[in-house]
This record gives sequence, C-alpha cells and structure tokens, in this order.
Amino acid sequence: MCAEELDFVEKYDLLGCIQCGRCTGGCPVALRTDLRVRCFMYDTQNEERLEEISEKPEIWDCTTCYTCAARCPKGLEPLEVLIGLRSLQIEEGKVQPTVRDALESIFKDGNPWGSPRAKRLDWASDLDVKVLEPEAEETTDVLLFICCTDCYDPRVMKVAQALIKVLNAAGVDYGLIGEDESCCGSEVRRLGEEGLFEMCDEENVELLNSFNVNRIVAISPHCYNTLKKEYHGLKVPVLHYTELVAELLEEGKLEIPKEIAKVVTYHDPCFLGKQNDIYDEPRYIITRIPGVEFKEFDRCRERSLCCEGGGGKMWVESESKEERLAEIRIEDAKEMGAQVVAVACPFCLLTLEDATKVKGVEEEMQVMDILELLAEAL
Amino acid sequence: MNGKPRIGVYVCHCGTNIAGTVDVEEVVKFAETLPDVTVARNYSYMCSDPGQALIVDDIEKAGLNRVVVASCSPRMHEPTFRKTLLSGGLNPYFLEMANIREQCSWVHPDPIAATEKAKRLVEAAVVKSRRLEPLDAKEVDVEPSCLIIGAGIAGIQSALDIADAGFKVYLVEKEPSVGGHMIQLDKTFPTLDCSACIMTPKMVDVANHPNIELMTYSQVEEIGGYIGNFDIKVRKKSRFVDIDKCTGCGICAEECRMAGRFPNEFDENMGMRGAIYMPFPQAVPAKYTIDKESCLFLTKGKCGESPKCKDACQAGAVNFDLEDEIVEFKVGTIIVATGYDVFDARLKPEYAYGVYDNVLTALEFERLVNASGPTGGKVTMIERGKKKKKKGAEEEAPKVPESITFIQCVGSRDKSVGNEYCSRVCCMYTAKLAHLVKDKVGHDCEVTVFYMDVRAFGKGFEEFYDRVRREGVKYIRGNPSEIYKKGDKLIVKAEDTLTSTPLEHETDMVVLSVGLVPRRDNREIIDLLKLSQTSDLFYMEAHPKLRPVDTASDGVYLAGVCQGPKDIPDAVAQAKGAASAAMIPMASGKVKVEAQTSFVNEDTCRGCGFCVELCPYTAIELVEVNRMGWPVKVARVNEALCKGCGACAAACLSGSIQQRSFKDWQLLPQIEALGVK
Ligand SMILES: Cc1cc2nc3c(=O)[nH]c(=O)nc-3n(C[C@H](O)[C@H](O)[C@H](O)COP(=O)(O)OP(=O)(O)OC[C@H]3O[C@@H](n4cnc5c(N)ncnc54)[C@H](O)[C@@H]3O)c2cc1C
Ligand code: SF4
Ligand code: SF4
Ligand code: SF4
Ligand code: SF4
Repeated sequence: MCAEELDFVEKYDLLGCIQCGRCTGGCPVALRTDLRVRCFMYDTQNEERLEEISEKPEIWDCTTCYTCAARCPKGLEPLEVLIGLRSLQIEEGKVQPTVRDALESIFKDGNPWGSPRAKRLDWASDLDVKVLEPEAEETTDVLLFICCTDCYDPRVMKVAQALIKVLNAAGVDYGLIGEDESCCGSEVRRLGEEGLFEMCDEENVELLNSFNVNRIVAISPHCYNTLKKEYHGLKVPVLHYTELVAELLEEGKLEIPKEIAKVVTYHDPCFLGKQNDIYDEPRYIITRIPGVEFKEFDRCRERSLCCEGGGGKMWVESESKEERLAEIRIEDAKEMGAQVVAVACPFCLLTLEDATKVKGVEEEMQVMDILELLAEAL
Repeated sequence: MNGKPRIGVYVCHCGTNIAGTVDVEEVVKFAETLPDVTVARNYSYMCSDPGQALIVDDIEKAGLNRVVVASCSPRMHEPTFRKTLLSGGLNPYFLEMANIREQCSWVHPDPIAATEKAKRLVEAAVVKSRRLEPLDAKEVDVEPSCLIIGAGIAGIQSALDIADAGFKVYLVEKEPSVGGHMIQLDKTFPTLDCSACIMTPKMVDVANHPNIELMTYSQVEEIGGYIGNFDIKVRKKSRFVDIDKCTGCGICAEECRMAGRFPNEFDENMGMRGAIYMPFPQAVPAKYTIDKESCLFLTKGKCGESPKCKDACQAGAVNFDLEDEIVEFKVGTIIVATGYDVFDARLKPEYAYGVYDNVLTALEFERLVNASGPTGGKVTMIERGKKKKKKGAEEEAPKVPESITFIQCVGSRDKSVGNEYCSRVCCMYTAKLAHLVKDKVGHDCEVTVFYMDVRAFGKGFEEFYDRVRREGVKYIRGNPSEIYKKGDKLIVKAEDTLTSTPLEHETDMVVLSVGLVPRRDNREIIDLLKLSQTSDLFYMEAHPKLRPVDTASDGVYLAGVCQGPKDIPDAVAQAKGAASAAMIPMASGKVKVEAQTSFVNEDTCRGCGFCVELCPYTAIELVEVNRMGWPVKVARVNEALCKGCGACAAACLSGSIQQRSFKDWQLLPQIEALGVK
C-alpha cells in the first residue's frame, strides 16, 4: 500500500460519504449506463482494489457534468474519484486510441482535433480582427479565448464568427491571441491526464498574463470554467460571453434591429449552469431578440439535463443501453414546438445537432448557439 | 486575617491524570521552599471530601489565610474550593488555582518538562495569592415575575407551570393567536393524538389563568436591567378591533370586501382569508384582527361607501382609530420560547418546489390532511393560486392522488444549504403522515418514502415505524436527487441504494419532509438579549450537557425548538425545566451577583467609551461627573450586569478600569513569576 494510494481516501474525503445515493440519483447517465458513482465512493476506500476498480469501463461514462457534486449533501465531489481512477489508467497507458490521439495532439499542436497550429486562425481569415501583441503599451478591453472546437470544427466555427459580428456591432475593443492560443485543458484534466493539464495551466497562465487587457472572455463554458476556477495565478477576471453580451445589451451598447419570429428554447450547458450558476444571462439575451417566443424545457436551470458532450466524451466511445440524453432533449423540444434549441456551448451544439439528425427533425428544428441567433438578428 | 500571608499549597494527582505525568512529590517539595508557604501537600483527589477536609483542617490548625490548589481548570472546581474555604472560615476569594491538568499534564508528554512547568504555575499562583483581597458576593432582590417570549407549546407549558406555582407571568406572542406550530399539525407521532384536541385546553388555560397576562399580536421592543430586575417594553400592535368588545362571531369576515383574497399564513398559504380574519377556528383569543397590509380602508383610505366590516359588527368592535399600545413592566426572569421556521424548500431547486403545484412541504401537507385545513381534511391534488369560482358555478371535484411520495431530510444533514444537523422530527412525522395517507385516502393510495436513515430513537418510535411499514408504506433507501415531469406524472429521480438501481419513480404528489431551522427573524431576540448561537444558529445553552435550559445571561432561559430541533414531548420537558430554573431565583427572592467585577477610577478615566463598546453584557455606560468644576464623561460599571469577563480591563488604554482579583498589581507579578518580564 503506497502513500499515493492512501491519499485516495483523504484526497476525495471518502470517509465523509454517507452513501445517501443523491449522486447516482442525479447522475444523468446512470439510467443508460452501468455507472453508479455512489458505489465508487465506497469501493475505492479499499486501497488494495484501486487497480481493479479502475479497470471498470463505466468510469469513462461520466460526462463530468457535476450533478453528483452539486447534489451531494456532504460537499463531496464524486466525479473527481472517477477522474482519479481514469488517471490510474492513463498512467498505465490503458486508454482508447481516440483518447490517446486527442491528448497527443494537445501536447503537440495545442488542440485535441489533430489539426496544425498554423490553421488555428483560419476561421477568422475573412474577418478583420486584431491579434494582440504580448506586453503591448496600450490596454485592450477584452481578450477573446477561442475554444479549439470553435477554431477547427467547420460547424462550430460559425459561432466564433458570429461572436465577432456581435462584438463589432457593439463596438467592443477586443483582440485575439492567434496561433499561440492553446487548448485550455478542461477535457485533459477530466480524462485524467493530470501532468498534461498542469502544463496547460502553467503555459496558458503565462501566455494570458503577458497581454495587457482588462478581462478575458471565453466562448466555451468549458474553457471559462477552467480558466476561472482551475488555473493558478491569472491576473484578470474571466467572463463567459453570455455575461459580456448581457452587459452590452443592458448598457444599450448593442441594439438588435431585426426580428426572429420563432419559438426558441434554451438548453443550459452543465459547465455554465450547474457549475457556474449562470442561468439568467443567456435567457436575458434570447428574450431581448424581437419576435422570439421563448419556451422553457420542463427540465431547466438547476434541473437541466446533460447533453453528454463533456468530460472527454467527445473522444470516448461507450456502450449504451438506452436512448442518448441529447435525443431525449430533442424530443422534449419537439413536443413543446420549439423551432430553435439555443445553446451556449460548442459541445452542446454538436451533440444536440447530431440528435436532431438521429431523430429526423433537422428540417423543422435548428440547434443554434445564442451568438448565431443574435448575429442573425443584427 | 490580613496579616502576614500564611499560604497552603495543595497539589492534586487527579488519579493518574496529573500524577501520571507530573512528579507531584517534587512540586510539593518545591512549593515548601517558596516564601510564606506554611504547608504544602499532595493528595489523590483534592475535590473529594477527604481532600477538602485537608484544607479545612489546615486553615484551623495551621492558621492558613491563603490557599493555592494546583489541579484542574478553575472552570471545573473553583466553586468547589471556594466553598471549602468558606467552611474553614476564610473569605472564599483568598483562593488561587494553578491549572496543572488542562494546561500541563494533558498537553505535555515529557514528565520532566511537565514537572518544571507545574512548578512555575504553582509559584505564580503563590505570588498572586499573597496579593488577594477579600471580596463580598452581593445579593439583589428578584421580582417574582417572568416574561415568556413565544406562545407555542413550549412557551405555553412554561407559562402554566410558573403561573400555577403562584408567580406572575407575562406571555408575549407575535401572532394573533397562541399555539405556534403544534396547533397547525393534524395528529402527533407516535401516539396519533389529535394535536388540536390536546393543545386547545392549554391554549384556553393560558388565556384564563389569573396569574398570566397574555399579550398576543405583540412584540418585545426593549429589555433593560439584569436578573431579578429586568425592565420590559412591549408593543401591542393594533388589531383595529377592540378585543374587549369583539365576540368572535365572524360576521365581519364574511362581509369583508376582500374576503378570500389573501393567502392564510396559518394554512401555509394554501387556504384563503380576508383582510379581517381569525387565523383558525380554535384561535385564542377568539378575536378578529384586521391586517393593515391587506385592508382596503387602511391602505387606500376607502372601502366602498363605508367599511363593510364595521357596518356588520353588531358589537361595535371594529375601530380604525385604534393605535399600537406600549406597555412597560418589570420581571425577575425571562424565558425565550420562540420556536422555529421550517426549511425553505426553494433553496433546493432540484426538487422544483414552487414550480410544480403538487410538490408540497410537510407542513403544507399537515394542513391538507387537517379537518380545519383548506380542503376540510380531504387529500386532493392541489392547484395553487387558483381563483375561487363564483358562487353557484360548477366546481369540478379535485382529483385524489393515486400515489404520494415522501422525501426525507430536505434541508437537514445537508452542507450544501448550510444545515449539517439532523432535524430529529422529520423521520417520525413522515411515518405519521404516511400512515395518515393510508388511513384517510385509503389503502390503494401508493405511499413511498425515500430515506437515507430512519431515526426512530424515541419512546414508541421504532414500534410506530414497524407498524407503518406493515401498513404497506414502501421505504426505499436513497435520497432523491431531482424532480421533473413526464406527462401528468411527477418523476422522482433517485437510486435505490440497497440494490444499486437508478430509478425514475412516478408519482402524483411529492411531500418534502423539510427540516426545522432557526427563525428567520432570530436576530430580534439576539439583539434584545445578547444571546449566543451554536454553529447550527439555534440559540446556545450555557452548557450542552449540564445546563441545557440556561443561557450565558443570568436569569434568561431557553425552552423548545429555539434551542435546537426537538419534538413535542422534548419541547414540553425542556419547557418544564426552564420553568423550574426560572422559579429558583424567584422562589428564593434573592440572587448573588458576581463579586470579581470591574470598577472604574473616575479620576483617571478619559471617557473614550472603548470599554462601553467592548462589554458583551452592556454593563458599562458613560455618565457625566463633575471633575473639579468641569462636567466630564466617565465610564461606570453596573455591577449587577458585570460578569467579570475582564474584556474592559484588558483593553482600557489609561488603565482606569480594573477588575477585582485581577488588578494590575495582582496580575503582573504573577505573570512575571512565570518568567515573562
Ligand atoms: C411538519 C411537521 C410535523 C410535526 N409533527 C410532529 C409530531 O407529530 N409530533 C411531535 O412531537 N412533533 C412534531 N413536530 C415538531 C413540533 O412542531 C415542535 O416540536 C413543536 O411545535 C415545538 O414547539 P415550540 O413551542 O418550541 O415552537 P413553535 O411551535 O414554533 O412556537 C413558537 C412560538 O413563538 C412565537 N414567536 C416567535 N418569535 C417571537 C417573538 N420574537 N416574539 C413573540 N413571539 C414569538 C411564534 O409565533 C410561535 O407561536 C412536527 C414539525 C413539523 C414541521
Ligand atoms: S451524494 Fe455524497 S454523501 Fe451521498 S452517496 Fe454520493 S458522495 Fe456519498
Ligand atoms: S459528473 Fe455527472 S455524469 Fe459524472 S458521475 Fe457525476 S453526475 Fe454522473
Ligand atoms: S375595511 Fe373593508 S377591506 Fe378592510 S377589513 Fe373591513 S371590509 Fe375588509
Ligand atoms: S429526523 Fe430523519 S428525516 Fe429528519 S433530518 Fe434526521 S434523518 Fe433526516
């Protein structure tokens, strides 16, 4: 029994668990996979079994949505135990090839999508944007932190482009990092690759601190969460774009001239809602668009359903007995007659859009980022 | 007695607690060498009778006039040894204690170092004992009357006991009626007594008792003074109904233009009332009250042609000119019995309370099963905020739920909402309500209880729990995480932790077994009485085990849930305890007050008021005195209020406040003897 394993009990305060079951009860994937996160809180107290337990395939089913932690009456974070177990597997090199490739790509090129660094700014090639110089004399108000997925995924790219359109319309003084921008490491940490995450933390903090800006605005809730809560030593505050846009609207800096006469609903991303309590700003923005008829999901805000895009799930294949949660979400949206499912996260966008295709409703229902909706109304 | 000091030093073994680490023989030998020490001894247990007899004997035979006991903390046995000195004929304040247990043997593992430290502590105590002065413990008279704040079951029980014993009681209740939460309940666990049936006789008794002055719809505004002599000011809020004239007939309420327009707080806002109302039929006093926030006449200055209530009242009781009344009186003791609030279920948004009509709190459900409640005791699905249909219009009969699900521990044992404690009553009231469903709705109604532990610790509780399970109530071990809807049904999402099965449990109605929390207006009483709170924010008792009804303030006692969650029998037991504690000073008519108080040298005091701010007992005030023809402000200590904590003396910048037995010239040499220069 080595000291490192002993740490497991202490590190995750396993002895504080009263086995109430709220974690599994809230876990969105429990109903469709074998994951019973509560059992891990108990089983991993036996250090001798850690190896064996880390072999269980269901540890890769966790989307790191954080529901289990939000619901735990004892302030524990069950998902972290799963991440700890993933670390053991990563250390042993026992990972799916897709995961391995993503991690390697981050190490080499600063993004998980296997794309070269040189193409990082391609999404903005047609746009007139300022790339920030480190240690500049002049202060720029906002530094945009663009998620790797927004940079390289042809679909999600449009969201980043919409952001630029919106910021230009509001006359915001902003700048981009450019080719030096690297993955925030949110998924890296959640896949259990602690060492690589430490590197992301150190290098990005150094890079970000080198710019003369008032604040950082992240386009993805995953980057936002990591920069804000998991990095060490950032000097300026971090905002999610919904916070900035809500502020622009409130201060009258952004006008929305056009109408969008559609029934719109909003899906709360776990990393924005449950993990950072940002519920009102997205709704504020959507309901300010003229013509929009806004409808809530029954399961909304604190009770929102995870889309299963987080926690490295973009690269992990797992067995599923039941319908995917994104599909349930799209069905619910269809039932309430929503024409647009608005999101504020690149992963939600991809998973939900995919689900509209599986459900065959892609003709009648669009999945759009709030930014795209807004850009359409400008 | 004040001649040359003749000091006796007594070193206690405390079994092996001290002697296991400290070489007590050596400490005694050392003490013998100190100047003025006449005798030095060690003994296994100094606090025992023979131990104390040693001291008494030496006082008589060796002519001791100072005693040093080296033993445990003075918090434990200072009172014991003071009595020993007294029985030996010495002034009790000629005692000095050296704490060689908590501050020495218990914390130092090394015997040699511990023995050295013990010697130092003893030497310092000897040095101080030489400079001790005799003090007189003063006595004050006690008013034979008691103020009780809050008229729930606890306050009512204390009031009746004290009044029956022949003392005057002032019972002050905020609401229009006495009764508190107990009168809202239907049946009580585990015996299933009808709550109102056992409560109303007591409510009527407090109203009629010759020794009780009941003030309802009233609030304590000021409390001054100290044990024996508290000065109380109470505001009796105007009801705009002359309660001497009101016969309680209720015609006004029927006629009120706003009848049925406002949620009735007593029914947990599920039933409706008018602007003039009686909260429930058995209210005591059975008088009507106009709520000035909802009355047309009082908010708009106009109620139709003329106020309908006033026109309707044959007794002429409605009177809009009535004003709040301030009453002042003196009492000797005070009991706080202000009870609790239930946990606000909105703080757990995952349960969607406030989103779905048929997610109820248990207290709402108590009203729903109660014959005097909004549905006359019929358990039906509810539609919140529904306007009453016009008279004569067809009312659709509300649906009866086919299944009801209870969730335990809502807002208790839950760090995420800051309540780490168990509320102690919800397991049992859940079992009670589950039984009532089977009883009233019928056996076909499916009843499920989600729990994490069932705590059935009281008399008859486990037996009751057994009975309820056999009645077909299904207990599932797992605390639910979320409530949402599928079609008409509510879904309770949980894990059956005994089989590791995640569930989407379908049900018509969910009852949240909300915990008991400190009242949201707790501060009112804290500010009036300087009460402390335990970490759970309930009021703090003087000692968690041995003084459960006292507070840190003499003459102020606690009863009922305001001190911590408890059920009715425990609240009653504590209320009786508080009554008896309050009667001790009232019966003896006198109380001793602290002798080691602070006093001010008015010639040097600069009147900065620093001490006034610091004193936690508000014992110091600034007064104007004449200093050589000039009026100046100086601090003055009210010795009856001073508890001798010493905060002022330690803080005074000019050294003008000194505390008896801890004056600078007594304390500084003691510190010096410890090696601090
Ligand atoms: C849903 C539910 C079911 C329950 N069922 C049972 C059961 O079956 N059996 C059982 O034994 N226990 C039961 N209990 C517990 C029971 O309610 C309490 O034990 C009991 O009511 C405590 O009485 P109390 O006098 O301490 O407090 P309370 O009943 O809260 O009375 C306090 C009184 O003080 C008044 N007050 C408060 N502040 C002031 C102020 N500043 N000035 C003047 N007046 C003030 C209040 O208006 C109130 O009238 C249940 C509790 C709940 C929530
Ligand atoms: S919610 Fe927390 S206390 Fe309850 S079983 Fe899960 S980890 Fe343990
Ligand atoms: S983070 Fe989400 S998916 Fe992972 S165990 Fe917790 S509740 Fe389940
Ligand atoms: S004045 Fe009018 S509104 Fe006020 S209590 Fe009387 S009838 Fe009701
Ligand atoms: S009494 Fe029972 S339901 Fe209430 S908090 Fe304690 S364990 Fe939970």
